[in-house]
Amino acid sequence: METLILLAVLSFLGSTALAIMRLRDGMTAVMLAGLYSLLSASVFVLMDAVDVAFTEAAVGAGISTVLLLATLHRTSRMTHRPTHTPLIPLIVVMVTGAALVYGTLDMPAYGDPQAPVHQHVGPDYLHDGPNTTGVPNVVTAVLASYRGYDTLGEATVVLTAAIGVLALLRRDRRQGKERS
Amino acid sequence: MDAQVILRVTARILAPAIWLFALYVQFHGDFGPGGGFQAGVLFATGFILYALVEGLAAAETLIPAPVSEAMMALGVLIYAGVGFMGMAMGGNFLDYSVLAHDPHQGQHLGILLVELGVGITVAGVMIQIFSAFARESP
Repeated sequence: METLILLAVLSFLGSTALAIMRLRDGMTAVMLAGLYSLLSASVFVLMDAVDVAFTEAAVGAGISTVLLLATLHRTSRMTHRPTHTPLIPLIVVMVTGAALVYGTLDMPAYGDPQAPVHQHVGPDYLHDGPNTTGVPNVVTAVLASYRGYDTLGEATVVLTAAIGVLALLRRDRRQGKERS
Repeated sequence: MDAQVILRVTARILAPAIWLFALYVQFHGDFGPGGGFQAGVLFATGFILYALVEGLAAAETLIPAPVSEAMMALGVLIYAGVGFMGMAMGGNFLDYSVLAHDPHQGQHLGILLVELGVGITVAGVMIQIFSAFARESP
């Protein structure tokens, strides 16, 4: 049953991607991209990654859509028909895709408990996590306690990225004022 | 404006619910899915929804621009501050176990504060970026 649902959602994902590819209207493409994010979130739920699904739904379907719409509002809504033939990009994408699929063949099966990634520190976290940190949600325990340095780095990256974006947008505004 | 009455009423009902849910995700992250990042994004989503229907000026009476700007840095400051607190109380940087008399409670307190820091930073960043775009729009 779960496989059936997964296949249905994956086919929705595929058709959404194809629809986005064929569109020239940026507004519709952004809406469909939001839908794509929501569908990805359902795939993550099916794979029991609720935390990731949560983030994807809030960031991908929510905030990204609004920011992309704002960007469209400032630029132009329609994309131009490409002047070059799509043959070379198509070949590049096909070759890269084939290489990636070939790469996955060597990977352990999804959810395999014997996979190397599940044999390293993972079992310790799962086993000792609740005792050492006293936090039932092992994802939170790993993110905030075991991997506290990484999360501090991530928060700093978010801050730094925002400073960069704001510096760009505000410089635009000041120049606009001077010109008028 | 009256043509959007359904949109406005729905947004007004939804925005407080989104904020409440964001706070739940923030402080319940130890037990259920979620945490600072998701909570920060959700909180900003509530703000953005309100700003989309009522206008940025109305939304900024709730959270003025200087406040969300300060939030961006405040969150990271809280996070790093917790790390230095651990050092001051005789542990390593970001070692939460020394924060309270009992290691478990220390971990709880540390994780709670650190997640709060992440949430404040992310909410501030999202609100600021959205406001910058919204203000830019002619």
